[in-house]
Amino acid sequence: MSTPSLSVGTDARAGVREITMAQAIREALAEEMRRDPRVFLLGEDVAEAGHPFKVLSGLVQEFGPQRVIDTPISEAGFVGIAVGAAMTGMRPVVDIMFGDFLTLAMDQIANQAAKVHYMSGGKIKVPLVVRTTLGATRRSAAQHSQSLHAWFSHIPGLKVALPSTPYDAKGLLKTAIRDDNPVLFFEDKMMYQVKGPVPEEEYTIPFGVADVKRQGRDVTLVATSSMVYVALDAARILAQEGIEAEVVDPRTTVPLDVETLVQSARKTGRVIVIDEGYRGYGVTAEIAAVIAEEAFYDLEAPVRRLGAMDVPVPFSPVLEDETVPTPERVAAVARELCWRA
Amino acid sequence: MQRPVTPVELGIPPEVRDVSREQWLHMYELMAKIRAFEEQVNELYVTRRMPGLAHLYVGEEAVAVGVCQALRREDYITSTHRGHGHCLAKGARVDRMFCELLGKAEGYCRGKGGSMHIADPDSGNLGANAIVGGSAGIAAGAALSAKMRGTDQVAVCFFGEGALGQGILYEAMNMAALWRLPVIYVCENNLYNEYTHYRETTAGEILARPGAFGIPGEEVDGQDVRQVLAAARRAVARARRGEGPSFLLCNTYRFYGHHVGDVDRSYYRSKEEEEWWKRERDPLRILRSWMVQAGLAEEAEFERIDRAVHEEVLAGVAYALQAPYPDPSEVSQHVYA
Repeated sequence: MSTPSLSVGTDARAGVREITMAQAIREALAEEMRRDPRVFLLGEDVAEAGHPFKVLSGLVQEFGPQRVIDTPISEAGFVGIAVGAAMTGMRPVVDIMFGDFLTLAMDQIANQAAKVHYMSGGKIKVPLVVRTTLGATRRSAAQHSQSLHAWFSHIPGLKVALPSTPYDAKGLLKTAIRDDNPVLFFEDKMMYQVKGPVPEEEYTIPFGVADVKRQGRDVTLVATSSMVYVALDAARILAQEGIEAEVVDPRTTVPLDVETLVQSARKTGRVIVIDEGYRGYGVTAEIAAVIAEEAFYDLEAPVRRLGAMDVPVPFSPVLEDETVPTPERVAAVARELCWRA
Repeated sequence: MQRPVTPVELGIPPEVRDVSREQWLHMYELMAKIRAFEEQVNELYVTRRMPGLAHLYVGEEAVAVGVCQALRREDYITSTHRGHGHCLAKGARVDRMFCELLGKAEGYCRGKGGSMHIADPDSGNLGANAIVGGSAGIAAGAALSAKMRGTDQVAVCFFGEGALGQGILYEAMNMAALWRLPVIYVCENNLYNEYTHYRETTAGEILARPGAFGIPGEEVDGQDVRQVLAAARRAVARARRGEGPSFLLCNTYRFYGHHVGDVDRSYYRSKEEEEWWKRERDPLRILRSWMVQAGLAEEAEFERIDRAVHEEVLAGVAYALQAPYPDPSEVSQHVYA
């Protein structure tokens, strides 16, 4: 993906400084750590190394190794430790370097963190954030390229955030840290250098509020994370052909802003859902089903879905590029829906 | 100059020589309460008045009681699927325990957790866990939290020897040792991973495992509450001094099956073995006969305690049986905080 400078959706403001997604995330962490001494970071190479993507550079210098804790390569163990710390008065932010490694910590996330509040009859809270990455096309092959957010969206008790802009990343991460529930926070590893306007002053973005990144009347493109850029690029292609696409970013899959999605579907009558998780049984399926259930009689065409191809992510660039949705493919499906194919 | 050791104190570890007669009697009472509670749970199962299953702690009472007597109320424990004894030893009430086991609204988790998930943060109990080894990280995390918050709380992680097969135990022990966390790993070796003898599943020497992380480990007679309390006091003191984790390997035995429905056990252990443990290694009888022989208490006192805990258990179960279920609308409460 290119690194566009973005001014889309509600974050478009004149005269606001532009920073990268990585900077926005670092700012959110630093501000929350200054605000609340209970917030701390732990994960692999989070301290002096600042994380392989350098998202965390400088944090250990400000907050010290007591609050920016390098762990062994033990995802299950340190996620479990974070769950225990969250249950007893701390607010840990765990770093899982690649989303694929979440599989190693599944029991601690899905059986422990997600269920403690419910199983205890509401007596124990787990204010935990698990930051991790998603996204392919980094030529990293099958075990460093998956987008597994659907798994966590499926487990009651977890919340799932997928920011697409630096503005959203900062505001959503601050909300995640202040939330009393376990939150999975997925950052597209290809977007860390994407720049966008982020105001200097304090703000947060509530969960469960979708953002319309582009207004349009003919077709709705529901897109998550980096797929927002694919959708916006598709919208530019379509605009040249007289098709005005609306791009809606749910920003969180749990909670899901059903109302905004359905409103847009009713307005345009045509919907494509684009997400970088595997297509089968994925986020696209859930969102398509919700829209079909709520807006069926306002639809002009079946809801369509574009996800990652249902194959392990291959290494060869020629193969890998086949697996992810592209603006051209989105535009082609939009033409079909609008009878322009 | 130190005062001379009295005859009663001889034969018990120095760490517990200050324990009073009343405290030993209290420990007996807790063990008797756990046993009476569990026998009543079995009765509820047999008479089909309890939903689901339960894993009984009978035979292992001295471990929970000895360890929890070394703790303060604000110290943490994490527990297991065989957790009723840990809950009661840490301070849970019999009636609310029964309510939880029967899925009633007044249960510790409003009936949402059940036998395998009782949590009572008011008594430091972070919860039983139905995933074997599932709380190894949580206990270390509670210890990390205590350290970060600057308290001298400690965390005890109870687990059965079956959890020795789980990787997270070693991940957590590694970090606990690296970061000198005030956590005590209490391995309850009741010999059987469900229906398989632990020697068929566990290579090498168990204590070599904590040893590999530099965590001091010791083998403890888990049927003798005096030995358990002494070892727990050593481990807790070490943790409070900031010297890091310890590992107690408590040898014990479950008198019942893996769960209440496990009644035909001949294919994995013999009747003779069970009878030997019940006859020779009953933790209640060991404490009781020592106290009588040492002149600390008379049989009549134990009989009074037995009657009192039975009455408490009967009253608790009667209360729970008539207590209301949660309103069905509660099903969707507490998914999110």
